Amino acid sequence: MDLNDTPEQAAYRTEVREWLEQNKSAAPATRGRGDDPEAVAAHRAWQRKLAEGGYVGVTWPAEHGGQGKGPLHQVVINQEIARAGVPGILDSIGVGMLGPTLIAHGSDEQKQRYLAPMLHADEVWCQLFSEPAAGSDLAGIQSRARKDEDGSWRLSGQKVWTTNAQFAAYGLLLARTDPDAHKHKGLTMFVVPMDAEGVTIRPLRQISGEPEFNEVFFDDVKLEPGSEVGAVNGGWGVALTTLMFERLTIGAGSEGMGYRADRFAKAIASDPAAVKDPEVRARFGELATELLALRFTGYRLLTAISRGQIPGPEAGMGKITAVSAAIDAGDLIADVLGPEALDPESEWSYLISFLPGLKSAGGTEEILRNTVGERVLGLPPEPRLDKGIPFSELRAKERQEVAS
Amino acid sequence: MNFDLSDEQVLLREAARDAFGRVRTVEAARDALEGGELPDLWPTATTAGWTGLLLDEQNGGAGLSAIDAMLVAAEAGRVLASVPLLGHLPATAILDAGGLHDETLRKLAAGELRATYVPARPGDDVDPAWTVEPRSGRRRAPAPEVARGDDGLATVKGSVAWVPDAVGADILVVVGVDADGPVAVAFGPDADGVSVEAATGIYDATRPLGHVTLSDACGRVLAADEEQLRRAWFLAHTLIAAESLGAVEECLERSVAYAKERYTFGRAIGSYQAVKHALTEVLRRQENTRSLLYYAGWAYVDKPDEFAAAASAARACGGAALDFAAREVISVHGGIGATWEHDAPLFFRRAQLSRRLLGGTGDAVDRLAGEMLTGAAA
Repeated sequence: MDLNDTPEQAAYRTEVREWLEQNKSAAPATRGRGDDPEAVAAHRAWQRKLAEGGYVGVTWPAEHGGQGKGPLHQVVINQEIARAGVPGILDSIGVGMLGPTLIAHGSDEQKQRYLAPMLHADEVWCQLFSEPAAGSDLAGIQSRARKDEDGSWRLSGQKVWTTNAQFAAYGLLLARTDPDAHKHKGLTMFVVPMDAEGVTIRPLRQISGEPEFNEVFFDDVKLEPGSEVGAVNGGWGVALTTLMFERLTIGAGSEGMGYRADRFAKAIASDPAAVKDPEVRARFGELATELLALRFTGYRLLTAISRGQIPGPEAGMGKITAVSAAIDAGDLIADVLGPEALDPESEWSYLISFLPGLKSAGGTEEILRNTVGERVLGLPPEPRLDKGIPFSELRAKERQEVAS
Repeated sequence: MNFDLSDEQVLLREAARDAFGRVRTVEAARDALEGGELPDLWPTATTAGWTGLLLDEQNGGAGLSAIDAMLVAAEAGRVLASVPLLGHLPATAILDAGGLHDETLRKLAAGELRATYVPARPGDDVDPAWTVEPRSGRRRAPAPEVARGDDGLATVKGSVAWVPDAVGADILVVVGVDADGPVAVAFGPDADGVSVEAATGIYDATRPLGHVTLSDACGRVLAADEEQLRRAWFLAHTLIAAESLGAVEECLERSVAYAKERYTFGRAIGSYQAVKHALTEVLRRQENTRSLLYYAGWAYVDKPDEFAAAASAARACGGAALDFAAREVISVHGGIGATWEHDAPLFFRRAQLSRRLLGGTGDAVDRLAGEMLTGAAA
């Protein structure tokens, strides 16, 4: 049992560290806000620089501009970027999840056209899956794409919780193409140009006041023939691929979320009286236990990934641990520091405001527990009322029930 | 990076599971509550080589490490096996540093002699004094006083309550203090001034405990230094945590199996979110405990500075996990889960008593906080 690099990983780490040392002056000081165009431009240039160095999309095959390396190489890069104190790439959603989805399901033309600009941040991507009425039950999406006779599509609907939409060039969008099929069967994945006529992007501000997300509206947007990714009405399988890469990204990045016991310990230790206070110690000890468990569960996960295993749904339990322990930490720090912890300039103010929403992001705790209970423990699913019913009938039934 | 068990460790775990699986330990745990005899698992431990697990190969041991000891403890915990390794293993970790004859160490490794650890809690950032378990209450008792004499002998005065596996041990390894700090002294149970009283009214009959009193008893000073005596305390914590992990796994397996076959309102109860989510919480705590035990096992060898924090976190997590899992296995089974005939209460009894031994899980939580907060302030 060890946390050491193999000789090959150690050599790679040295290479990355030296490259960062030589080039980090080109990096923006911080990630910056997504609604500040200058910050976005600087961040975009930094990803381009990293891509030229060969440090973006290292797990992508070489023919698509990647390095054909394993996920542990990505972990080394993430760790070294964190160590150097510079931001990571601008488009982690594209490079980590959407690009790999295109590689798995896209046509040759799509791969030729989209992958290289994505890698270099010339074109940033966003993920257009969730909708106001379809989050936990993602297959319930209502955005509708209709095929015209010339093979083009007409898209109408609304997406939400869309990170980076305000400066994205393209989005990967899940739409319903056959409402008379069962809900999982009538979906298709599309590439959508974000500057197309009929696309409206509105920022969605969070508790902190920052617009972390957007909502995106599609009003009869025309999609060219060949915009579909994978088979028509085969979109659910494509979406599952994206979600698998999301788990891999989260698994490889759990160290980087910043929810670490030693970080929170520093804030509390700034008050010598708090360090000796039995109540503070009891609360801190409990949450530190959880966060240490999270960290070392992460190393077990990385070990599995390095052996070529894809993290299963149990990886989602890490999110539950992280969020609830970080909520406890923010609460304790505010109790110790008092109102100054809630000053808008304080890092704790942001953390405290960010966490309630994170509870629902990337799978609500309830959905994660359902999935783990069924797929890991093998418990039977809840009886479902949407099985074997065409989506159009299901919607009609839902409307009827609400009305009655 | 390889944060997983080695092939040898997997084999060690499987062998332990097989060995304990040949004895009806859970039934025995119930019978023992009504005065029944517990099966003697010492020969099992001896044959398997666990008695010498932490002794150096030069001393006839296997020269293995804390993580290997935890794997055996987890399998014992899974079936509530009463095997006196919680006392013996930390004792041998102290004895391995020297002070007794090589022949004695060889006999300990071979299981011809059994040692037990009479623990003292290392001081912390709030109170630097070494202390021991009191008979009752929250105020900890001062560690036994050691007066060194000639020829490597010492007389010791003091008492330590609730000592695991004390009764019937051939060698007591007592941690006390003199003016220079902590010191370990070894005694035979029949030495003048040594009294080992079997604790009565023990809630978990698989966990024999004793009260040790030393009235100017004369023993042999051991070579272990302060750091090694600190490590022994935290090693014992990891073994209790490991036992808990095994018991949690067993509780979860039984809960899941029953939740699949018990039907209410036309559905298996495991299909209800209220039941399902509670069982995923058992799983979450189980895996967190496992990760922290790996952390402790790794720190024992590679990050000794973090071993106290890692072991304390594992103890805190494992104790809470077993309490939660034992209550859950009762709940899932409904009223029958709370009856004498059912096995669930035996795991519940284990959870309640284990969490109160060696300072208790609350002390482990406080220790972890102290370690991390003073580290951050430095």
